[in-house]
Amino acid sequence: MQGKSQIQNVFKKTLNISTSPHLVRGIGTNDIMRNVVWALLPTALYAVYAFGLSALLLLVTSTVACVLTEHFLAKKSKQPSTISDWSAVITGLLLGLTLPPNFPLWMAFLGGIVSIALGKFVFGGLGYNVFNPALVGRAFLQAAFPVAITTWFPVFSPDRFSSVSVATSTLPLMEPATDGFTGATPLSAFKFDHISTDTYDLAMGFITGSTGETCAVLIILGGIYLAVRKMLNWHIPVSILATVYVLTALLHFSNPEKYPTPEFMLFSGGLMLGAVFMATDMVGSPITTAGVWIYGALIGALVVVIRLWGGLPEGVMYAILLGNAVSPHLDNLIRPRVYGTGNRGEKVRG
Amino acid sequence: MGFFNFHTNTFKHGVHPPEHKDETNKLPIRQFTFSPLVILPMAQHLGAPSVPVVREGQEVMRGQLLAKAGGYMSVPLHAPVSGTVRKIANVPTISGKMAQGIYLQAFPFSGQEVLEGKPIDWQTATREEILQGIQDAGIVGLGGAAFPTHVKLKIPDGKHCDLLIINGIECEPYLTTDHRVMLEQSDDIFTGIRYLLKATGAPKCVIGIEANKQDAADHLASKIPPGMPVSVQVVPVKYPQGAEKMLITALMGREVPSGGLPIEVGGVVVNVATTAEIGRLLPHGRGIQERVVTISGPGVQKKGNYLIPIGTPLRYVLEQVGADENISEVYMGGPMMGVAVSNLDISITKGTSGIVVFKENDIKRPDKVYPCIKCGACVDACPISLNPSKLGLLAKFEVYEEMAAKYNLMDCFECGSCSYVCPSHIPLVQYFRSSKSIVRKRNAAAKAAG
Repeated sequence: MQGKSQIQNVFKKTLNISTSPHLVRGIGTNDIMRNVVWALLPTALYAVYAFGLSALLLLVTSTVACVLTEHFLAKKSKQPSTISDWSAVITGLLLGLTLPPNFPLWMAFLGGIVSIALGKFVFGGLGYNVFNPALVGRAFLQAAFPVAITTWFPVFSPDRFSSVSVATSTLPLMEPATDGFTGATPLSAFKFDHISTDTYDLAMGFITGSTGETCAVLIILGGIYLAVRKMLNWHIPVSILATVYVLTALLHFSNPEKYPTPEFMLFSGGLMLGAVFMATDMVGSPITTAGVWIYGALIGALVVVIRLWGGLPEGVMYAILLGNAVSPHLDNLIRPRVYGTGNRGEKVRG
Repeated sequence: MGFFNFHTNTFKHGVHPPEHKDETNKLPIRQFTFSPLVILPMAQHLGAPSVPVVREGQEVMRGQLLAKAGGYMSVPLHAPVSGTVRKIANVPTISGKMAQGIYLQAFPFSGQEVLEGKPIDWQTATREEILQGIQDAGIVGLGGAAFPTHVKLKIPDGKHCDLLIINGIECEPYLTTDHRVMLEQSDDIFTGIRYLLKATGAPKCVIGIEANKQDAADHLASKIPPGMPVSVQVVPVKYPQGAEKMLITALMGREVPSGGLPIEVGGVVVNVATTAEIGRLLPHGRGIQERVVTISGPGVQKKGNYLIPIGTPLRYVLEQVGADENISEVYMGGPMMGVAVSNLDISITKGTSGIVVFKENDIKRPDKVYPCIKCGACVDACPISLNPSKLGLLAKFEVYEEMAAKYNLMDCFECGSCSYVCPSHIPLVQYFRSSKSIVRKRNAAAKAAG
């Protein structure tokens, strides 16, 4: 009889219908983005530990600028706010991590606005941007404030938790007073003075540089975390780093006086952060595995070319931006052979 | 992933949805009770609907012919119960449309003996007699597609069948009918294979089984009659391996040409439950009256594998097995390629391999569709190497011709792997399904216009 009463309910019930498949894997775009933020946190925390309050303020400023811009522009265009997908947080964090720790906050804020507005929103928002938004912001800052962006701050300075760098608190629209030391990162030291730096110190983050570019080990760990969760295409960092290593190794052995060691190239500057967290931006990278290998090799080669023969000590940013520009074309050119088409349609394997 | 794909006994890409087969794969097939009223749509298969040959008020025996085949691409329908033809009228179908069908009221205390016809002996019958016998038995693909089996077995002139493939893959989550059939009906399966080998002229036969049914593979391998050219091959678990083209690639290493039939690479694929049905029905000249259906999912109480008469209303089935109070989704077939039911008054048809019932909140329904972030998950999932990401974008811009001409839209067989993995929850398969139908309509219109 109990069965009967249930029948009544079954009778009345309105069933949900949908088209197949009725199951989803359950990993959402917002989950991927959130996990990228988690993977970036160790790097960000180490930056705060190494550079103190200035770095903390910088990261908070760039992130807040990106999130606010995203929210404001969505509202302005009468769309629901898209900040809940976490992508603006990633852009903000990445932007902050590529800037010097004592970068003036107002400039970082401006960079955040440019990242989202020009790097992402004008293209149509998440998924439609051609270039990595954080790098668009950084490219703008590099063009607008070439001095501030190459003024570095010493790592582990004793008063880093009690005071903020003079440059950090520069008033809006003002150029910072220089209290750091200009042009003395390992890459520029090598480029202009031929002074090499110990690879171990570089990898562990004992040498100064941009806020998030110092500790390669933490960046790699973050990348492994994402790759294991299938939220990062490991082919990209591997192909970039392998290309840089191989090209530099060839050059180094041909002329050890002139060219740095491959290890130095891998662990200095923004290469690790760029290869693991920026070149892997899904939107800006090709969709096929073959395309990804070419994309990675192209970025790696550009990094070597710009660093060793270009006018700048560092070239990761431009290399990735150029890679982003090529990526849609790679998708058009490289298409996997569709099942049952081409000469393999009739070919007998076994 | 691309460069490192050295598997030889499976296809490229694919996905791994949670299987949920443990819930029913240990439960033996049980006979279901007869419902007082069975509802039999005339279109239970692909092709032309059957044509009724009985009149209202007529009393019929179980197994008696109710409707004849409506052409070559059609099969007849037999009475699943002894009873009275109440009405020949429109009946609800799974598509939501009403279509011609027969309401048959069962005799309350009937013994339900089965009427038998002219037996077909596999040793003496000719190819044509076997094909005719299969059509007369009303047999269609029981895996879900319900394609008339005799049509599939007819080898076109100039082609020949190198390998008969028995499909025991059953890659849909929840479903275990083929698994139980393989464990319990091995004799019927091998008898069926004898008919099929003769009908196709194939020199040998392989039974393909996924590794999650090792017990069935071992059982069948131990039961192969001496001298029969049959082998069992276990392949890795991966969805949609049960799709005809994927299985041919997994077992033969050949690819069915785009737009072509399996026979073009010398393969014929028949579902294992269909094979068992052929082996059971043809020696007695009987028609198909019932089929094994897996009833599973969190919304039902007595999960299991049941032998259910064709035409049993879904509502009656759920009453008998006990459905939860707040069921919210009922799927006929598996949850990957099955159809969501909107109305419990439809009935079990020949193509119903499973009924999967979910309660409220069991299905994680994505609350939001994000833009495509080009993560490439769909590209790595598509078993035929399409670019669903690009196709989805083109569908949004409604450039259907470009989708078909440049991006092989028409090769998509709607397995759902891309929608399953998409982190942005873009309803890719839904886009492709409607795009395909628009392209088909436009092509037909263009043809008609000359």
